[in-house]
Amino acid sequence: MTALLEVKDLKIEATAYPPGESPRNITIVQGISFAVEKGKVLGLIGESGAGKSTIGLSSMAYGRGGVRITGGSVLVNGVDVLQAGSAGLRSLRGREVTYVAQSAAAAFNPAKKLMEQVIEATLHHKLMSREEAEARAITLFARLGLPKPETIGNRYPHQVSGGQLQRVMTAMALCPKPDLVVFDEPTTALDVTTQIEVLAAIKEAIAETGVAALYITHDLAVVAQVADHIMVLQSGEMVEYGTTDHIINRPTMDYTKALVSVRSIEHVEKSGGDPVLSIKGITARYRGTNFDVLKDITLDLPAAQTLAIVGESGSGKSTLARVITGLLPPSAGSITFNGRTLAPDFEKRPRDDLREVQMIYQMADVAMNPRQTVGTIIGRPLEFYFGLRGDEKKQRIQELLDEIEMGEGFLDRYPAELSGGQKQRVCIARALAAKPKLIICDEVTSALDPLVADGILKLLLNLQKTENVAYLFITHDLATVRAIADSIAVMYQGRVVRYGPKTDVLSPPFDDYTDLLLSSVPEMKLGWLERTIANRKMEAAGN
Amino acid sequence: MHPVVKLIAQRLALGMLLLLAASALIFVGTQILPGDVAQSILGQSATPQSLANLRAEMGLNEPALSRYFSWLFNAVQGDLGVALSNGQDIASSMGKRLSNTLFLAICAAIVAVPLAIILGLIAVRYQGRWPDRVISTVTLATVSVPEFLLGYIAMFFLSVQFRIFPSLATVYDGMTLLERLNAIALPVIVLVLVVLGHMMRMTRAAILNVMQSAYVETAELKGLRKFTIIARHALPNAIAPVVNVVMLNLAYLVVGVVVVEVVFVYPGMGQYLVDHVSKRDVPVVQACGLVFAAVYIGLNLVADIVSILSNPRLRHPK
Repeated sequence: MTALLEVKDLKIEATAYPPGESPRNITIVQGISFAVEKGKVLGLIGESGAGKSTIGLSSMAYGRGGVRITGGSVLVNGVDVLQAGSAGLRSLRGREVTYVAQSAAAAFNPAKKLMEQVIEATLHHKLMSREEAEARAITLFARLGLPKPETIGNRYPHQVSGGQLQRVMTAMALCPKPDLVVFDEPTTALDVTTQIEVLAAIKEAIAETGVAALYITHDLAVVAQVADHIMVLQSGEMVEYGTTDHIINRPTMDYTKALVSVRSIEHVEKSGGDPVLSIKGITARYRGTNFDVLKDITLDLPAAQTLAIVGESGSGKSTLARVITGLLPPSAGSITFNGRTLAPDFEKRPRDDLREVQMIYQMADVAMNPRQTVGTIIGRPLEFYFGLRGDEKKQRIQELLDEIEMGEGFLDRYPAELSGGQKQRVCIARALAAKPKLIICDEVTSALDPLVADGILKLLLNLQKTENVAYLFITHDLATVRAIADSIAVMYQGRVVRYGPKTDVLSPPFDDYTDLLLSSVPEMKLGWLERTIANRKMEAAGN
Repeated sequence: MHPVVKLIAQRLALGMLLLLAASALIFVGTQILPGDVAQSILGQSATPQSLANLRAEMGLNEPALSRYFSWLFNAVQGDLGVALSNGQDIASSMGKRLSNTLFLAICAAIVAVPLAIILGLIAVRYQGRWPDRVISTVTLATVSVPEFLLGYIAMFFLSVQFRIFPSLATVYDGMTLLERLNAIALPVIVLVLVVLGHMMRMTRAAILNVMQSAYVETAELKGLRKFTIIARHALPNAIAPVVNVVMLNLAYLVVGVVVVEVVFVYPGMGQYLVDHVSKRDVPVVQACGLVFAAVYIGLNLVADIVSILSNPRLRHPK
């Protein structure tokens, strides 16, 4: 059987423009060879910067930004697309190979109706008449489990949810009956409960249409559900290649083993102790709305312990953080911290109250001033809260850098010169500098690669022991919760639906929502997706 | 109520309020000029007694506020008063001038707006290559040269050297449309050159901004042609900024043509205003100010409304 896509010795370069130096070439991808046969799915896995998307897009001879394919060959149906002229490329793209982007919300034109965009490539390549294309799109909408398949095409992108949009994008890629679809992290931006649905829909659509696919993701558990083969990538080079079974169950390379065993931190929960933070009956809404985002929230967080707040986007997790920090005064309820009642508005809180509650955010790079050095960023709270100057300040900054396991060399670096994990460490040091009793961590590991996230979680656990700081840990990721929490509150539509010590919350009997949430987390096992979906169907039939 | 209707109603109300504020400013502005209408009418022959008589006759002794309101009240009904210099009714003599100016402006706009947008699209299509550079440089040059100089250059080449168009834009009743167009060809060319650069550059910048979006990449990966992508996917999302700058330039074509009209001796609003300013004919100046303000605010209102209507999130709420 001849391969549909055959990549040989691929080399991809880009031009870097380091500040103050002359531009130079950097190699992004090197020595990559693989083949995908008709109807098969190859998973490309690796951390950010591994070159996954770049390799995926090379099958359409497309380079983002200044990226150039400088060596090797990419054969689609036996034709080298790197040698195809611009007319040849236009006939390849959208006809033989199509693409599903990570953020469907950004990848759809906001000014055009969905149907217009879904059938655009099909019409452009004159593959079907308009009626045929629309009929096919509606069939695909139905197959992908979209509500009202006949009319959803008349909607605009902002009128459907993120999970639906991702499915519409899959329909858009399948509509011209391509030979190969490149899926670029299609479920990464979705909630875990939505992810499982989209994943199942994509897998079914691939099976039914017999299309071949490249499936790009950083989540090994996800790719294990859809791929026949998996290629593990690190810094633009191949680490390991094999069948899904081989990679998941018998990995040979250390890097792959690390990826497979990620998030196996064992954390024994603590219990008891006096609460450092008590939230009683908090109800809150945003100004100018008549809808309560938080409804009657009551929670306790003991000193030097971790309370995880779990829930999907829109459940009110981050709003709770805004209420505790005083950014959003609640309409009812009270917050007791350290035995004192906190003023609802942060502007009315004494400086010590402000100091003792610190925050760490999801996006470390936007939470730091890009024009300040690491030393200035960490030194600021030292000046502001403790009035430290000169050598004293310098020494304390150094201690903090040691605590976050970063050396002296980082003092004069700018945020742009740090990796994602290092940036988040600097944010942690800045929070610690204030000597807080409580740190609110808002999705602090969500934007990080699994191995890096693991490092951050271990650091946070160590710091909790040495600094006696309590964490209010907001996340949608249940693996993270298992790794770090002492107690858990599950939030859904502004309410706490389940609350208690970690083992209680994570053990049956479950309420419906927690059950759905827990069973939706992909497991690193072959066939997990089918079993879960089958279970749900049986339960639904049983009810 | 549909949110778009509500938004547009708000804009209209705001526009009226703005016009009211502008009228107050115009009135105050002419009040703080030294001397008053009675003095300008009587000029050298003013005696204290004749001044007092005329002031009483014209109601100038009334408090400023009540004079403002009666002026405003009459203006709303279309009565802009009587010109001091020749005793003619301002509304009727200005009507003809205004229609001349609008004719000139519309002709210039019909040429300039599509030309600017097409040039902008071409500049984006060939970004950084020679068509882009030529378009950007030439339009930058034409905006930078003062319009009176452009006018005289155009006059020198097109009517003196090559005798294609008349150098003076004289129009009168009974001309056919073709004769009229021939007469105003030179001022139209100059106005087009003056406004083209601004609109073209804004179109280019707005579309380039949109070209960074992920959905443009999606379109590219569908195998569409670059120009199709620009026209079908980028332009619809760049309408709001483009319309705003187009409207600003249209407003300029009506309000800012004073210099061009004077250069080509065209009987429009600009000429009219300049003539009466030199005669210290305050009621005419006030009336012109009010009309200019209305045009300016009206066109910007149109830009706002088009921007609102071009936003699918507002047009089709969830």
